[in-house]
Amino acid sequence: MGIIDVRNVVKSFEGHTVLNGVHLSVDKGTTTVILGKSGTGKSVLLKSVIGLMTPDSGSIIVDGQEIIGLPARRLDPLRRRMGYLFQGAALYDSMTVRDNLALTLERNHPVSNEERDERILETLRMVGLENAIGKMPADLSGGMKKRIGLARSLITNPEIMLYDEPTTGLDPITGREISNLIDSLQEQFHATAIAVTHDMACARIIADRVAILNDGTILREGTLKSLERTGDEFVESFFQT
Amino acid sequence: MRLALLNLLEEVGSLTSFSLRFTRNALFPPYEFGQIRKHLDELGAKSFPLVGTTGLIMGLILALQSRPVLARFGAESFVPAMVSVSVVRELGPVITALIVAGRVASGIGAELGSMRVTEQIDAMEVSGINPFKYLVVSRVIACMILLPLLTGIVDLLAILGAYIAMVIDVNISWRLYLHSVTSSIWMRDLLPSIAKTVVFGFLIGLVGTHQGYTTKGGTEGVGRASTTAVVISSLLIIFVDMVLVKLTVIIWG
Repeated sequence: MGIIDVRNVVKSFEGHTVLNGVHLSVDKGTTTVILGKSGTGKSVLLKSVIGLMTPDSGSIIVDGQEIIGLPARRLDPLRRRMGYLFQGAALYDSMTVRDNLALTLERNHPVSNEERDERILETLRMVGLENAIGKMPADLSGGMKKRIGLARSLITNPEIMLYDEPTTGLDPITGREISNLIDSLQEQFHATAIAVTHDMACARIIADRVAILNDGTILREGTLKSLERTGDEFVESFFQT
Repeated sequence: MRLALLNLLEEVGSLTSFSLRFTRNALFPPYEFGQIRKHLDELGAKSFPLVGTTGLIMGLILALQSRPVLARFGAESFVPAMVSVSVVRELGPVITALIVAGRVASGIGAELGSMRVTEQIDAMEVSGINPFKYLVVSRVIACMILLPLLTGIVDLLAILGAYIAMVIDVNISWRLYLHSVTSSIWMRDLLPSIAKTVVFGFLIGLVGTHQGYTTKGGTEGVGRASTTAVVISSLLIIFVDMVLVKLTVIIWG
């Protein structure tokens, strides 16, 4: 049993079944990449793991605790141990970069002002953007937003990281930079991670294991090498990109 | 027709459940005092120039329009009393509320709507922040505090505007004007008016945040949330005012 266990999860929207019996197990300290075409429910699965969406049926167990149906007051302590990088970074656009990080830190781990400022600077340094501390999100490029979003997720030292399309909307060079950054941070923090993407280049850099999501179920799961030789046309089509 | 009725019922149900959620969240700690103060500053600064100017001009026009009519009946001396009572009892609260609904409810709807479609509200939720308390409760409470304050300013400026008109027309003395105003306004005019503005503030905040918080459908949804917030809050203000006026008449006579 992994630290994250998804069992037979089903989710439909207005009669259209997006997830149709998904099974996935993620071991502690590993990075699992869920590959799939756009609109196959990758983000729905990720949001279900952190309790932002509630599946119609099935079970999602995070560190021994069932997520589905958990009330907010019991879900919040678990969420404090998790970080989430949103597809569009989801920075609070009325706050500076500093305040984006400070709000997350203050609400989860109350620290002294000096320690807070030190941790903000240290985390921004990790993503290479300490100079952006006073900027507003509107003044940042797409790649910078992703980095700040990453810094905001990491400031609480999460044990579990969830990445929703970390390289979408970025040019190939910036996408590779973000993938490398995620990889190095994963090594540094030893966090368990799930990343959903359709970017094979990103998967090659960060994945320990890969799961292919298609038609609402996990079609194949394994290491990158093992999946490259499945003989399945659909699976191999990902590796040709 | 049937679809429109169903949509209306759905909207009423959603707003009612949203207001119950507001009550639950507003009553129990933690309280977002910092956010309430911030919104008071922002919303007050945004609304003051518009409502202030409107108040001054409203008083001026009321006096200019009513003086010749009252003069025909030899009741010119009643102009200060008529202006002050009508402004304090009815025009001040309603005009202020309608202006704030247009200015603030649309802004809140657009701001929260944009936060919803760009996943900023989800980001708060996964960060262990209660977005409902942080974004909704603080704004609604700020509106409930702001409306009585703004209405007070509008009332004062309208009374000042009427004085300016009276000075231009009949050169009335400030002391006489003030005496006429203060002797015509009673607590039974002031108290229901203040209570009414708190209710209007609640409606503006609630409708604005509800539209924004429940936005669906990307940028188009944000625009819709902003417009609908103004329409619904304005209609509710007029409707609730009618009910409250009747209630006031029943209680105070």
